[in-house]
Amino acid sequence: MNSIPAGRIIRFALLSLGALMILAPYIFMISTAGKTQSDIFTSSLALIPQHFYFAENFAKAFAKVPMATLLWNGVIVCGLIFFFQVVVAIPCAYAMAKLKFRAARLMMVLVMLGLLVPIHATALPLYFAFDRMSLLNSYTSLVAPFTISVFAIFMFLQFFRAMPDDLLHAARLDGMSELGIVARVIVPNAWPAVTAFAIFSVVAHWNDLYWPLIVVSKQAYATPPLGLMYFRAAEAGDDYGALMAAALIITLPLVAAFLLAQKRFVEGITMTGLKG
Amino acid sequence: MSSVALAGNVASAAALRARSEDRTAWLLAAPAIVLLLLFVLLPVAAVIFLGFTDFELGYGKFRFVGFENYAHLLNDRTFRRSLWNTSVYTAIVAPVSIVLGLGVALLIEGEGRARGFFRTVYFLPVASLIVAMATVWQYIFHPTIGPLNALLSLAGIPGPNWLGASNTVLYSLSIIGIWQSVGFNMVLFLAGLTAIPRELYAAAHVDGAKSALDRFFLVTWPMLGPTTLFVVTISITNAVKVFETVKMLTDGGPNKASEVLLFTIYQEGFVYLRVGYASAMTVVFLAILVVLMLVQYRVLDRRVHYT
Repeated sequence: MNSIPAGRIIRFALLSLGALMILAPYIFMISTAGKTQSDIFTSSLALIPQHFYFAENFAKAFAKVPMATLLWNGVIVCGLIFFFQVVVAIPCAYAMAKLKFRAARLMMVLVMLGLLVPIHATALPLYFAFDRMSLLNSYTSLVAPFTISVFAIFMFLQFFRAMPDDLLHAARLDGMSELGIVARVIVPNAWPAVTAFAIFSVVAHWNDLYWPLIVVSKQAYATPPLGLMYFRAAEAGDDYGALMAAALIITLPLVAAFLLAQKRFVEGITMTGLKG
Repeated sequence: MSSVALAGNVASAAALRARSEDRTAWLLAAPAIVLLLLFVLLPVAAVIFLGFTDFELGYGKFRFVGFENYAHLLNDRTFRRSLWNTSVYTAIVAPVSIVLGLGVALLIEGEGRARGFFRTVYFLPVASLIVAMATVWQYIFHPTIGPLNALLSLAGIPGPNWLGASNTVLYSLSIIGIWQSVGFNMVLFLAGLTAIPRELYAAAHVDGAKSALDRFFLVTWPMLGPTTLFVVTISITNAVKVFETVKMLTDGGPNKASEVLLFTIYQEGFVYLRVGYASAMTVVFLAILVVLMLVQYRVLDRRVHYT
């Protein structure tokens, strides 16, 4: 009988050790954001700063990086991408799942092919096209390539197939148009899939550096990752106090959202992940 | 007579309805089809086409060079280095983050009250801006003022120049990659674990699987098959696509020691503007993704009895 508590203690110890390693970067980020330059150079292992320098470092980060612009750009770009993805994908998935659609099989092949192609593979011609249309450094170029998400189509398709047909028949008997059915019957019922996809989409595009790096060269349109990269380059990466403060501010919104809506986050990633 | 006519009417009405439904379906799918053509299919076709040309951005003209770009790739030392580095990075990050992800999931599954807390902690990196966390790792790995080497020196071990030396840079990047993806894999494994029916464990117990290890190999591992396959594919694909940390921390250096596939494509295409050559590299990158998917389907076909 004695072995059960021992096993439990070992398990708890292992999990705690791992958790500490996962948390270490966050701990150092917060601690370093409150240190003076000399503190950083002399006592890197002391977690509590000797002189509390939080205000100064944050002030520096806010002065050198247009934080509000970056966060605003991030919100606008992620918001627009998500909006278009859903508006484009839901009707298409509905047509494939619930209507007599002769091209449904062909669409399925296209979707499966599309799942294979990341932005990294299409970036060269897209960049060239946006350059020709003088659309570099604009929200259009940041958003447009992602308005189509085959992954969203694939996921909603799975979800709609499981929906009972009776619901649709009833709506049709009531004289609703197909577009009306999509807007008033399908979308409200697809809410769990929409939130799950929202989390997947926002996490992916909030984090993306590759595409913004290619189409944006001006601060005014920089997304959070790009802005942080500019800041680091400008500061030569040596003022770690201010750098950590900037990193902290930029990481906070998504982490806060995650902590508030944890269950949805985990559900969302599991749902999108497993169906991917 | 009239019943036949009626039947004919019904049939043609049904055909009419089917046709109108087909038309509605086309309309509903039209925006998706247009965008798919515009942003996926045409660009892929263009990349394959450009891979056979010597097109460079800024020059108006280009000519066909056949397989010259591909022949050149075979002898391109940077590209070969880049393929090799990407393989090494993937060979480290994918297996380690899968095994750790599974381990953490199994440990958390058995945990009682602290379960929610641990799940949150391990998942945190997935919700964090990787570019921001990369700068934190840069500080941790700093050879002189970084906490990691300070810790090592307490133990009397001279710390390496983690991100600055060509023999350690790839391993340092791998540590960041593992840190980033363990939580993601854990969440997928947890979902797979909760889908295993409890009765199977009871049955295994009756069948004489007394130890936890026996039960793992008898029930958990085979039942997790589809989840594991999925986690393996997504881990490999994600590792092959490593870019953010490299661009942010090393720029492929020192001395090309951390040059990876996407970084090389980015440099060729968007810095040196050799679009034709970069397109050929992109085709190789796409081919790797296709092969990975085909392998997944093959394995899935053979293992289908588990699902």
